Amino acid sequence: MSTESSSTVARVLKPTILILIAIVAISSRLFSIIRFESVIHEFDPWFNYRTTQHLVKNGFYDFWNWFDEKSWYPLGRVVGGTVYPGIMVTSALIHNVLHFFNFPVDIRNVCVFLAPMFSGLTAFSAYLLTKELKDSSAGLLAAAFLGVAPGYISRSVAGSYDNEGIAIFLLVFTFYLWIKAVKTGSAFFGLLTALFYFYMVSAWGGYVFITNLLPLHAFTLLLMGRYSNRLYVSYSTFCAVGTLLSMQIPFVGFQPTRTSEHMAALGVFGLLQLYAFAELVRGYIPPKQFRALLKGGIVAVAVIASIGLTILSFSGVIAPFTGRFYSLYDTGYAKIHIPIIASVSEHQPTAWTSFFFDLQMLIFLFPAGVYLCFKELKDEHVFIILYSVFASYFAGVMVRLMLTLTPVVCVSAAIAYSTLLDTYLETSEHVLASTKPAIAAAATSAPVVIEATTSDSKATGKKTAAKAAAAAAAAAKSADAEAKTHAKSAASSEKKRFPIFNLDSRLLVILQLTWFLFMFAWHCTYVTSGSYSSPSIVLASRQQDGSQMIIDDFREAYYWLRKNTKEDAKVMSWWDYGYQMAGMANVTTLVDNNTWNNTHIATVGKAMSTSEEVSYKVLRQHDVDYVLILFGGVIGYSGDDINKFLWMIRIAEGVYPNDVKETNFFTPRGEYKVDHDATKTMRESLMYKMSYYRFAELYGSGNAVDHVRNARMPAEGPTLSVLEEAYTTENWLVRIYKVKDLDILGRDLKDSTAFDKGRVRKISSLKKK
Amino acid sequence: MNDIKTAANSLLTAYIKDTPKSLKLIDSYMVYVLLTGIIQFVYVVIAGTFPNNAFLAGFISTVASFVLAANLRIQTNPKNASQFPTTSPERAFADFLACNVVVHFAVANFLG
Repeated sequence: MSTESSSTVARVLKPTILILIAIVAISSRLFSIIRFESVIHEFDPWFNYRTTQHLVKNGFYDFWNWFDEKSWYPLGRVVGGTVYPGIMVTSALIHNVLHFFNFPVDIRNVCVFLAPMFSGLTAFSAYLLTKELKDSSAGLLAAAFLGVAPGYISRSVAGSYDNEGIAIFLLVFTFYLWIKAVKTGSAFFGLLTALFYFYMVSAWGGYVFITNLLPLHAFTLLLMGRYSNRLYVSYSTFCAVGTLLSMQIPFVGFQPTRTSEHMAALGVFGLLQLYAFAELVRGYIPPKQFRALLKGGIVAVAVIASIGLTILSFSGVIAPFTGRFYSLYDTGYAKIHIPIIASVSEHQPTAWTSFFFDLQMLIFLFPAGVYLCFKELKDEHVFIILYSVFASYFAGVMVRLMLTLTPVVCVSAAIAYSTLLDTYLETSEHVLASTKPAIAAAATSAPVVIEATTSDSKATGKKTAAKAAAAAAAAAKSADAEAKTHAKSAASSEKKRFPIFNLDSRLLVILQLTWFLFMFAWHCTYVTSGSYSSPSIVLASRQQDGSQMIIDDFREAYYWLRKNTKEDAKVMSWWDYGYQMAGMANVTTLVDNNTWNNTHIATVGKAMSTSEEVSYKVLRQHDVDYVLILFGGVIGYSGDDINKFLWMIRIAEGVYPNDVKETNFFTPRGEYKVDHDATKTMRESLMYKMSYYRFAELYGSGNAVDHVRNARMPAEGPTLSVLEEAYTTENWLVRIYKVKDLDILGRDLKDSTAFDKGRVRKISSLKKK
Repeated sequence: MNDIKTAANSLLTAYIKDTPKSLKLIDSYMVYVLLTGIIQFVYVVIAGTFPNNAFLAGFISTVASFVLAANLRIQTNPKNASQFPTTSPERAFADFLACNVVVHFAVANFLG
């Protein structure tokens, strides 16, 4: 096939392949929809969904100024100023555009399918990014990898309507634009980088990663002596415009000029200005005089900068790093200082197995790709190296940051994989023809392997082949030992690429690589289907006969709340369920997943972990009508509130050390027990009572077993006097209690309950007589 | 100190002699913008940052104008032509305009 016709074919094939990749990426994220239904997943997505509904219904300005009095009762929450509005605005825009063209799509479906749609775009931007680093075939591989890599799918399945769904696309695309800007030195691409950076800032808190990575790249290039006018143009455009734009998001506000996370960007910006000015001056005067000027300049700048920094840090203009940021450096920090951060499972350090689980063979190819970047080491390769180093570190610190690692792993794995393919699939025949005799000649005279070399472009192939042949011939003439060194130097002076000639060795490698690809695709589908496609508001389990059992207790409970409570009913629960309750049950919640007010959460923790008398006061103070808890003891659901209870205690103890003491919940042997051995404090805590209230009745006498903690429960269950059971779902997963009103006769609630019970007992005993 | 003086002198003469007129025009604009920025900064040090957004908008407007003009200067400098094979002076000016439109749109929004 001639090169011309093959390039035409490639021109048709590439878009086709990209479209197919996008289709695969989208469809592999639809497991949960097929199995369950088009429904919003998990916790945070419910909030995003609720705000999107508000945005679509009431318009942008109302959304921007929205004060939500139904959350964080009685404080409320300024929603417009405390969200990253990117995802809501995006889906509202899509919704409105579709409606403008008379496609009556429900906003819920837009939300559900947003992340899969964007995953197609992410694959495309991975293609663009890798194309800048190597070539378009590596780009196609990267797109395919990123399209199905479980590390990214974990946050972007259909229904997972969360910021990360669009943020990863923005991350990769911003990086592509940045590399393009550095390569061409175009202010226009710098501007585009800034605009997409702005979109990223509006979509996800992880924008700080870009804020620090791009300056780091610029700074590293400076240190490597790689300063160029192109770097100046791209970086200063990005930094000046990007910083200004990022401050337009109310939630970010003045942070870019205040907090330490953003200082690196400004510092590098200043440095680059000085460097550019020095370069300009250097162009005008002879080197000697320039040196004198430079010395004077450096002294002046150092004096001014140190004075300025001292003034700024003493007057406290620059805020120190925030806690969430510290926990990235010191993994133990959060556990000691901020239990609320440590209590979130996605903030835990990553187990090494999850690297393999999320990336499979890519994790092996990843270092090879980084190594190949080192070999090229152009400006853009430096960027990939820095990105991979930092993303690897952060992914090791926090499970959730696996998400930022995945794109770079896919890109560099694609570079490694496509280099392998290039080496083993090299088919340009004239290269083979011209080098073969040289090899044969060398092989007969000297028993050394002559490493003939070719360069990768076809145009220069002949030239280099001839050179290699000459080198090989020269080597063959000299003695064995000399031949070795000659050949080696000839090889090292050229680019290190060895065409492989034997069909069997080629086949061996190619087949193996293809097999790896099959395994990868299989693994990705398996992981996606098995682990990442559960909506978590509907649970599915297999029964012994293999049939599927759907556990839909959450929606059952929320629906009950929605239909059976007053419109302004206040429901207290642990913060994990706040967003779901607001979204599905439409009730007022005390705390939710926003976790902005630690004291308020600690108050709820106190109400849960103290005795009935103490917690009743808290409940009355906060106008609580209902209390909702999760209890998995019946079906063995391990994420229930008793298992989270220790975190509630810890957080409550942080604020109310006099009322709650963690040590009182442990047995003398230091165990966390719920059965006969449970401590008195534990038994009297409201959470324990609510969880096991009437639990023993479910199983005849003395046989009650908590399936989560494998504990045999006492036959006599706890009694409740300030609450009454309002609703318990089919599998006992969610239990709702109603807070009793004050007694009409002014008695203590404990006494009145005992009195009521006593009367009932009396009547029954009378009847027996 | 003397070295610095002579160096500065030769810099000045070389600058006046070797710089094309269009670049001198851009340079004067940059000096003007720089002075505006310094005046704003001095004002803020004396009078305080009270409407912080207004100060930031104004100050960043000068900073951004400065670097954008610097971009234009770099890209239209005939000496740098080899580094920007794809950027003609017209293209550089179009980029300059586009960036300024975006920046001042944001500035106007931020002044509030």
